[in-house]
Amino acid sequence: MSKREITLSINGKTHTGAIEPRVSLLDFLRDEVGLTGTHVGCEHGVCGACSILLDDVPIRSCLMLAVQADGHAVTTVEGLSNQDGSPGALQDAFQDAHGMQCGYCTPGMLISAQALLADNPDPSVDEIKDAIGGNLCRCTGYVQIIESIQLAASRLREAGQ
Amino acid sequence: MAREDATGVSVKAAKFDYILAESVEEVVATLDRGDGEAIVIAGGQSLMPMLAMRLATPAMVIDINNIAHLSGIDVRADEAVIMACTRQATALASPQVQARLPLLAKAISYVGHQQTRNRGTVGGSLSHADPASEIPLAALTMDARVSLASASGTRQVALADFFLGPMMSARADNEILLSVHFPLGSNDTRMGTAFHEVSERKGDFAVVAAAAQIQLDANGLCSKAALAIGGVDGVPRRITGLEARLLGSRIDQDKIRAALPEIANAITPGDDQHASAAYRRRVAGVLAERALLEAVAEAEQ
Repeated sequence: MSKREITLSINGKTHTGAIEPRVSLLDFLRDEVGLTGTHVGCEHGVCGACSILLDDVPIRSCLMLAVQADGHAVTTVEGLSNQDGSPGALQDAFQDAHGMQCGYCTPGMLISAQALLADNPDPSVDEIKDAIGGNLCRCTGYVQIIESIQLAASRLREAGQ
Repeated sequence: MAREDATGVSVKAAKFDYILAESVEEVVATLDRGDGEAIVIAGGQSLMPMLAMRLATPAMVIDINNIAHLSGIDVRADEAVIMACTRQATALASPQVQARLPLLAKAISYVGHQQTRNRGTVGGSLSHADPASEIPLAALTMDARVSLASASGTRQVALADFFLGPMMSARADNEILLSVHFPLGSNDTRMGTAFHEVSERKGDFAVVAAAAQIQLDANGLCSKAALAIGGVDGVPRRITGLEARLLGSRIDQDKIRAALPEIANAITPGDDQHASAAYRRRVAGVLAERALLEAVAEAEQ
C-alpha cells in the first residue's frame, strides 16, 4: 500500500508526486497539486464537474486513479487561460454570454467545449448539446452555456485560430 | 463522504495494492494468487465508483491499460474480434465496426458520454454485466462469444451462457475477459439492425432498451431474427419465442404485433426509482416494435 511516484504533465508543466494508488486523479489534482478549478461533484461519473483533458481528450477525473495518469498529459480548466493568465476565449465568452450562474459545472462545461471546438470549429446546436451531454448544470442554464460556446466558436473563427 | 489520509489528500476507496501489468500472463498469475481478492481495472468507468463507494474492496487492483495487444479491432473472414481494452470511443469511430458490426456501433452511441466513452472499454462493459447496459445487449443480439483466460488456459463462452444475473457472469474470479468475437455473415447478406432505448438522459443507463438484427433472404423472407431487451430482468434477454415466430415470414407491422406478446413471457421486470415494472413491460413492447420495423426497413433497402 506504499505510495507510488508518478510523473505527468499538467497544463504543460511536468509534475512529480507520490500518491497512494487508491487516490483518484481528481483528488490528486485538487489536494496534492493544488489545482482546485476542477470541481468535485457526484464522484461517480454522472455530473461531469470533474472533467479534464487526458492527452487532449475529455475524461472524468473522478473515474481514474492518479497512478494511471503516470506519463500522460493532463489539461485542467486552469490550462484554458492565456499564457499571461488572462481568461481564454471560451472563458471570456462564458462571461460575456452569461454562461454561468453558480459556476459549479463551469469547469467541466469549459473542458467539454474546449474538446469540441478543437475538433469542430463550427459546431451546430445539436453538436454542442451532444458534447455537453455528460455535464449537468443544476441551475439549468443550458441555453446560455450553448450560446457561450457558439460565441467562443465564432470569435475563434474570426480570429482565424 | 470524503475521508483524508495523514497528509490531507482526500480518499474514498479502501486501501489496495496496485500493479500495472505488462502481460496477460502476469494478469492471470496475479488473479490466481489473489484468490478472489484481486480485480482487473480497464477503463474503470464502473469499477471506480464501486471502489469509491466501497462496494468493491479488493486487496489488489491489476491495471491492464498498458498491455498493448489487449486493444484493437480485427475483422477476419468469419468473425470480427474486438480486444477487451478497446475504448468504446475507438470502437464507435471505427469504420470497420460501422460497416460490419452496425448494431454495436448503434448501441455504443447510447453508452455514456464522450468523457466516459474515451476511457470505458468494450470488454469492461461485458465483464461488468450490468443488465441495463447497451454493449452486452447488442453483443447478445449479435450471437457474440467472449474469450476468458486464466492461469490454466483460455476458453470461449457464448454470451447466451455468460450473463448470470445483475453484475454476475460466468467469468470466474481468476479469469480475465480477453476479447469478444462477433460472427460475420457474408457481405451480401441483406441485414438490418436497430437499437432503441428509453433513459432519463441520453447516455444514462437504459430504463428499457431493445436491439434487433434481421436478415432477409433473396425473396424478402426472414432468414434470421434476433431481438433482445435490456433493463427488464437481471440479465439482457433474447426473446427467442418472438424470433421463432418471425422466422421464414415476410415481416410487417401486423406480424410483429402478433408476436409481441412473446416478450411478456420472457422478461421479469422490477420496480425501482426509475420506473415501475408495468411501465417497463409496456415500453419493452413499444421499443421492440420500433426496433424490428426499423431493422426490417434497413434490410429491405
